[in-house]
Amino acid sequence: MTETYREINLSSNHRTTEDTMPQVQETVFSLQSVGIKYGDFSAVSNVNMEIYKNQVTAFIGPSGCGKSTLLRTFNRMNDLVLNSKVVGEVAYQGKNIYDQDVDPVEVRRRIGMVFQQPNPFPKSIYDNIAFGPRNHGVKEGIDDIVENSLRNAALWDEVKNKLKSPALSLSGGQQQRLCIARSIAVEPDVILMDEPASALDPIATLKIEHLMRELAAKYTIVVVTHNMQQALRVSDKTAFFNLEVDEEKDTRTGVLVEYGPTTKLFTDPKNEKTSDYIKGKFG
Amino acid sequence: MCGSISILTTLGIIYVLFSEGINFFSQISIIEFFTDTAWRPFGDPENDAFRIGVAPLVVGTLLVTVIALSVAVPLGLATAIYLSEYASKRIKRKVKPVLEILAGIPTVVLGYFALTLVTPFIRNIFPGDTIDIFNALSAGLVVGIMIIPTVASISEDSLSAVPQSLRNASYSLGLPKSSTVLRVVFPAALSGIISSILLAMGRAIGETMIVAIAAGNLPSMTLNPGSQVQTMTGYIVQAVGGEASRGSLTYNSIFAVGIILFLMTFILNIIANYFTKRFREVYE
Ligand SMILES: Nc1ncnc2c1ncn2[C@@H]1O[C@H](COP(=O)(O)OP(=O)(O)OP(=O)(O)O)[C@@H](O)[C@H]1O
Ligand SMILES: [Mg+2]
Repeated sequence: MTETYREINLSSNHRTTEDTMPQVQETVFSLQSVGIKYGDFSAVSNVNMEIYKNQVTAFIGPSGCGKSTLLRTFNRMNDLVLNSKVVGEVAYQGKNIYDQDVDPVEVRRRIGMVFQQPNPFPKSIYDNIAFGPRNHGVKEGIDDIVENSLRNAALWDEVKNKLKSPALSLSGGQQQRLCIARSIAVEPDVILMDEPASALDPIATLKIEHLMRELAAKYTIVVVTHNMQQALRVSDKTAFFNLEVDEEKDTRTGVLVEYGPTTKLFTDPKNEKTSDYIKGKFG
Repeated sequence: MCGSISILTTLGIIYVLFSEGINFFSQISIIEFFTDTAWRPFGDPENDAFRIGVAPLVVGTLLVTVIALSVAVPLGLATAIYLSEYASKRIKRKVKPVLEILAGIPTVVLGYFALTLVTPFIRNIFPGDTIDIFNALSAGLVVGIMIIPTVASISEDSLSAVPQSLRNASYSLGLPKSSTVLRVVFPAALSGIISSILLAMGRAIGETMIVAIAAGNLPSMTLNPGSQVQTMTGYIVQAVGGEASRGSLTYNSIFAVGIILFLMTFILNIIANYFTKRFREVYE
């Protein structure tokens, strides 16, 4: 697997200048005609988009439009869902991660995920962070990895004196930052977050948002959120998804309606649906 | 209602065991009972051959139990892991009834299975006289088969109760399925698994017919699986079946052995309960 990825690293680095941001954008993910089915039900259709390095990209849209479903295709977590099927191409650093020769396990090591509900292991704080590196064969310097990961997740000061305590004794917000630290510990390139703050109170939410901004310096982040203010606060790019209803065939499927720099999407949306949604008219 | 009946029954059992047991220990010192290493409770108590040390029965019981667990723990856990983590729904639907059938076989039948099939088979493998006709090994193996469903079904429940979110956490860190099962799901279900083993152990200790039929009735201080032994339950069957007259030392010894048996299984169940509770506290 490492071989395959070395090849990937050498491959195309798409650049774009259409953004208002001054710096050059490096493409991490490039999606082409991506669709996801659960059995016969087409949950998401025909998504084309690019995700850029060291940016926070937010997915917004009404419930059921397939944001989580699409997010799970970025690290092949959809493989674990029975009867799910992905069509199209999800290229990570130029290589389609759904190609035959790609190992989904290795994909997930490079592309981490933080879930809606904090899900620490029923182990100590220390062991939660050390778990990933240990299982990837790291023998030395675990203490440093634990400390650095917790520092990067802005949790170190709160837990440094009780590393051996059970992770489940932490508050919800701390647990979620622990989960972020746990994914950082395996040194991913990308961190996917599915409504990481939706189970948290406003202060814990702000901490997570602040953290996302900091993490963007080192990682590429894709975050699903229902909170428009949050998208506005944390993200560089925003993608608005919606349900497309076909009255004749009586089907509904998630589609990407509009995608662009966050400030532009929120102040000057091109699509009427987008502007209705961000004004809170539906969803 | 059901609860109060079972509590009353338990209290009744405790009352009978201990009131009769007191008779016994008024005649035999507890120290002798626990430290003497021979068990020959039949005949005239005045005779020198008459010895009343319970150790051989306890050793026999433990020998059979250890053999049984060494069969049931690996097979039961493998079954549980397979059913919970790998089997499709279709296969699960087929295997679970098989386990229930196994759990429902009368132990008399299993006893004769041990004596007439397993014993000759073992004696073929180890030729000569290394294996007695009645032996701990054969009985232990079949008791092990008997308790596989206990280990498998309770462990499977605990494994299945581990939240999917923990598996997802492990996958999202780039662990393959095998490590996820071994390092995340299994440890997370550990207290439930321990409790299944303890309950199975309790059943093995208390199992009567299989050992009465296949293990023999020679109390012996041996850890040799090939030799004839007698378990506590085996002794109780033998003594009840004999003509020990009510109130005699032999008769009372049944209750003394019964007390030990009762305490052992009772304590095992309490510990098992503790582990089950701990499991629930984490996940429910
Ligand atoms: N495992 C699954 N099996 C079958 N259908 C599923 C599965 N997961 C999601 N779906 C369906 O796919 C569609 C998209 O679901 P998804 O969870 O991706 O939406 P979402 O945009 O994340 O919604 P929310 O904002 O409520 O989280 C929904 O119609 C949902 O019912
Ligand atoms: Mg969702």
